[in-house]
Amino acid sequence: MAKLVSLADGVAELVRDGDTVALEGFTHLIPFAAGHEIIRQRRRDLTLVRMTPDVIYDQLIGAGCARRLVFSWGGNPGVGSLHRFRDAVQNSWPVPLELEEHSHAGMANRYVAGASGLPFAVLRGYTGTDLPRHTTNIRPIECPFTGETLTAVPALRPDVTVVHAQRADRAGNVQMWGITGVQKEAVLAAQRSLITVEEIVDELEPVPGQVVLPGWAVTAVARVPGGSHPSYTQGYSVRDNEFYRAWDAISRDRDTFTDWIARHVHEAEVPA
Amino acid sequence: MTEYTADEMMTVAAARQLRDGTACFVGIGLPSTAANLARATHAPGLVLIYESGCLGAKPDRLPLSIGDGVLADTADAVVSVPEVFNYWLQPGRIDVGFLGAAQLDRYGNINTTVVGGDYTDPKVRLPGAGGAPEIAASCGEVVVVVRQSLRTFTERVDFVTSVGYGSGPGDRARLGLRGGGPRTVITDLGVLEADPATCELTLTRLHPGVTVDQARAATGWPLAVADELATGEPPTADELAVLRALEATKRTAR
Repeated sequence: MAKLVSLADGVAELVRDGDTVALEGFTHLIPFAAGHEIIRQRRRDLTLVRMTPDVIYDQLIGAGCARRLVFSWGGNPGVGSLHRFRDAVQNSWPVPLELEEHSHAGMANRYVAGASGLPFAVLRGYTGTDLPRHTTNIRPIECPFTGETLTAVPALRPDVTVVHAQRADRAGNVQMWGITGVQKEAVLAAQRSLITVEEIVDELEPVPGQVVLPGWAVTAVARVPGGSHPSYTQGYSVRDNEFYRAWDAISRDRDTFTDWIARHVHEAEVPA
Repeated sequence: MTEYTADEMMTVAAARQLRDGTACFVGIGLPSTAANLARATHAPGLVLIYESGCLGAKPDRLPLSIGDGVLADTADAVVSVPEVFNYWLQPGRIDVGFLGAAQLDRYGNINTTVVGGDYTDPKVRLPGAGGAPEIAASCGEVVVVVRQSLRTFTERVDFVTSVGYGSGPGDRARLGLRGGGPRTVITDLGVLEADPATCELTLTRLHPGVTVDQARAATGWPLAVADELATGEPPTADELAVLRALEATKRTAR
């Protein structure tokens, strides 16, 4: 059964220096508060995994938490580039960032393989692109039945996956709905999981399109209302598009960024 | 006649490319604007599929990102990300894929990864692949929307993120790519179509007021031009009104 923990305790216990960490959420339900807690606890040398490293990974990278990034699309959706990500790749600031780059289909299938207990996934993908030239984790494979050449990618098995959801009950059963992306697969692929939720309720009322993660498949649950801001939580909040636009200017300059992290992350008041 | 910008002409031309009743894989930005313009004008039955897992989304305003709540709220179904790629895109269920490009070559190969330098030390690091490689591989056909300039229309792309026609005829079949590839490229200057025999992008239509010389000057290779070069229709008053109303929803979106 999942343990109910505070965000600070959950991160302290489950996210360790050098870990492979996946924070997932496809525009919706991005676990920003947990990412900020990882920055506050000054985790280092993380391999960060995420299909769409956007503003939260820009913050983790700029704060020096990451050594390596495994991803398929790194940008600020609808706004432009990630300046901290670019600065790390182009100028090794604040530390060098190693990249392992995939397509969305490849990353999604890597999580599926991890969740399924398989060593790899197979798909029609990457063929003819330059992506396989830069990682050994994209390889051709022959179908044993038809002889057709397909593509294999290894399973993703994060040490810890962190996601945000609408709510959980006291036994740690987690319920999410709306765009649920690849979160179920990312949680089931990981050794450990930390799930932040808007609220903890006595009973989970069914919702159309819901995904339920049983408490016995989850390591820890922390109540963090608003924990997805500036992303959103359907039924609880709307996306703060203004913040995503504002991030472009905040993140462009190293000093402005560092000052923002100091004021809004390190010195932020964190409810227990 | 109503004034319009080159970007508005490009968006309208892209929207006109979409046939009613087809299923379209939509990326954020101009493709999303064009697809929603099509749905609000000549193609009310256009099925919009967003990679966030929203099948048949019917947004009444332009989403800023592919996972905006309005897409889930208005979709026929919201599925997981593995499902959208494995069950819907990979088997060839989607008719048209819309892609942008930072660089494009004469065979419609696309780069959205790195420009200049080399891969580990690029001059410019771009967002990367996202869903594009498999969209380019598996959709019935691909429509590329890109502003035409010497910076974007390059002799060689610095990185092949998504395959068009590779190095020419036969390459798609040899690579096992089952979709039709980039049949059409819409730019701010006109429309290019892949030549059925050579696979080379060929200028077939200019937007009103644009000359062939302008198109040639904005292309980093000797541009093939169709014998019967057409001039496209300017945006209608209705197209412009709907487009501007859609754009306005982006500014007022929360």
